[in-house]
Amino acid sequence: MRKLNFSEAAEDALAQAMAQDKHIIYFGEDVVANRRNLLVRFGKDRVRNTPISESAFLGAAVTAAMSGLRPVVEIMIIDFIAVAMDALLNHAAKIETFSGGKWNVPLVVRAACGGGYGDGGQHEQSLWGWLAHIPGLSVVVPSTPADAGGLILAALEHPNPVIFLEHKLLAENWLDFMGTGGRKTVQFDVPVEGARGPAPRKWQQIPIGQAVERRKGSDLTIISIGVGVHRALEAADSLDEQGISVSVIDLRTISPLDKGAIIESVAKTGRLLVVDEDYESFGLSGELAAITLEAGIPLKYNRVCTMGTIPFSRELEDQALPNVQRIKKAAVSLMEN
Amino acid sequence: MQPDLWALYRLMLHSRLFENAVIHLWDEGLISGEMHMGIGEEAIVAGIVSQLIEGDALALDHRGTPPLLMRGVDPVLLLREFLGRPDGLCAGMGGHMHLFSREHLAASSGIVGASGPAAVGFALSGVLQRPGTLAVAFFGEGSMNQGMLLESMNLAVVWNLPVLFVCKDNGWSISTMSPSMTGGNLLDRAHGFGMPGIAVDGNDIESFYAVGEEAVQRARNGEGPTFIRASCSHPEGHMLGLQLQRIARQPLKEMGEIAGPLLRSVTRVKGASLRERVESVKEILSMLGKTIKEEYIPGDDPLKLTRQKLIKDESRLDDLEREVLQEIEIVVEQALEPEELELGRTQ
Ligand SMILES: Cc1ncc(C[n+]2csc(CCOP(=O)(O)OP(=O)(O)O)c2C)c(N)n1
Ligand SMILES: [Mg+2]
Repeated sequence: MRKLNFSEAAEDALAQAMAQDKHIIYFGEDVVANRRNLLVRFGKDRVRNTPISESAFLGAAVTAAMSGLRPVVEIMIIDFIAVAMDALLNHAAKIETFSGGKWNVPLVVRAACGGGYGDGGQHEQSLWGWLAHIPGLSVVVPSTPADAGGLILAALEHPNPVIFLEHKLLAENWLDFMGTGGRKTVQFDVPVEGARGPAPRKWQQIPIGQAVERRKGSDLTIISIGVGVHRALEAADSLDEQGISVSVIDLRTISPLDKGAIIESVAKTGRLLVVDEDYESFGLSGELAAITLEAGIPLKYNRVCTMGTIPFSRELEDQALPNVQRIKKAAVSLMEN
Repeated sequence: MQPDLWALYRLMLHSRLFENAVIHLWDEGLISGEMHMGIGEEAIVAGIVSQLIEGDALALDHRGTPPLLMRGVDPVLLLREFLGRPDGLCAGMGGHMHLFSREHLAASSGIVGASGPAAVGFALSGVLQRPGTLAVAFFGEGSMNQGMLLESMNLAVVWNLPVLFVCKDNGWSISTMSPSMTGGNLLDRAHGFGMPGIAVDGNDIESFYAVGEEAVQRARNGEGPTFIRASCSHPEGHMLGLQLQRIARQPLKEMGEIAGPLLRSVTRVKGASLRERVESVKEILSMLGKTIKEEYIPGDDPLKLTRQKLIKDESRLDDLEREVLQEIEIVVEQALEPEELELGRTQ
């Protein structure tokens, strides 16, 4: 199988879909420069620059989607969605319900997310739990090139709004743009298998709402998403040496959650550790505890999430984001008591 | 009042040399993340900030370094902040896009357009608590398409607040030429809100200072906000290390990486007609060409222009430049000194 970088895979699958479906259009700030390959192949009617007017162009995408187009709207990084939140919260997410199920919004919002390269707390957030909180929105976060392609394809065939988030430590174009800047003097903890990996020649959908078990184990289930999956796998290998057998589940989709896969694994191990790069409180990690408890599974629970506003300092940032040490410590404490 | 060109040149040079040092440290990997320079904006910033008094406020964008330096923030603290140190201006928590100095009433944001509402709030508290003071919003021309900035202009007008909306117009927002994404003209927008709007050469400190002075007076006299559109350029591009900038500097090396995927997009089956694809390639090449020519090889340098006005007194100029250079060298040295271990902190 051929190998692609994460962003190449997403673009390759996107191009496959755009070639098949003329209704897919693509817009956002700077896309003429940043998505030049799509522009060349599909023309300027379908691939367009926008002004720095997120609330206008995301709002416009909602009705464009309602009236026959399939817009992919790029919001450079997910932190900037704040200025356009109304379009998602009060419109895109609700129209299917408001219309009595008669009108839907096939919209894809694409944005980079996540930290680990020292850009500060207004540019490195994950926010997927915050977005998934809203009924009517699906949120997907691929952790490998193969998933990036398969999930964007699924998003493009989904009848309702999907937020597609690409972690900047995986998407090489964004890491270069915001972190490396062509420098050889900076290094980041990029998960190798997440940044580059096998990719099919012809893309198939990876269904939205389907988690995958990345590693089998019997003592403890770690559930994570995005870069956290790779951190969890690294921690799991080292925990294995200490005699702790860890199963790692990659959610891939946050909303809707793959409850079946989650419950099945936690029922076996009886221990759940959530590794979530989003904020700790009122989010994904608490939700996972809730659904396992609701399923009547007796469990021990712990979580490793982003602590507070993300600091700019690389050193402090590394401590604030989920890291392998924190994961190992949390796992060991789950085993102890 | 006649501006003191010597004092202004000193402010501008200090900021320029400080930022040159920042570029060096960023290149060496000692500063992380994105880095947007205020290089090229010094005359605009100096022309306004030099007219501020105690109690005036600053709402800054992603190019906050020159305004903070010129307002009197300790350069060592600022540089330590960029280095992400606990003894930096914001304890290493903010970084260069999120700089705050409470004692200077200066707040920045990396969110495009956010300086508009921020200045309005500062101005409101000024009117009620610090009569005679004003608030300045600095932002780029690309931000003039962000709703919250336009809304805040209207708010400043209807509340008759002392706000200076200072638009630093370099013609570009990252890799997009701003006029291609902006309808009408910016002065008309300000006029449409019922506010004076003035265009001025932001590289010429004297003309800019005069325009700023009038706006400052209006604000202090309770006559409401003013919009100033000042032209400038960013010789360091949108931010350090952007791929387009690398292409501009090393075309052969970087173009190779771009060309392959572009050519494949021309030849792959399904998609736009061949004619359209060739058109798009031409558009991209012309964009690259324009970026290289216009964004990175800038026109006037505000420092050079100001310097020419002072060259008559060459020895004074020499002394000043030597002094500022030495100051910056000391700042860099001090900023890089090892952190003092705090008492009680375990190592
Ligand atoms: C809400 C929001 N959208 C997009 C961005 C990304 N961004 C940062 S700077 C910038 C361009 C700003 O252009 P302009 O206002 O002209 O300022 P300049 O950088 O040219 O000084 C963009 C799009 C952002 N920071 N915030
Ligand atoms: Mg600009």
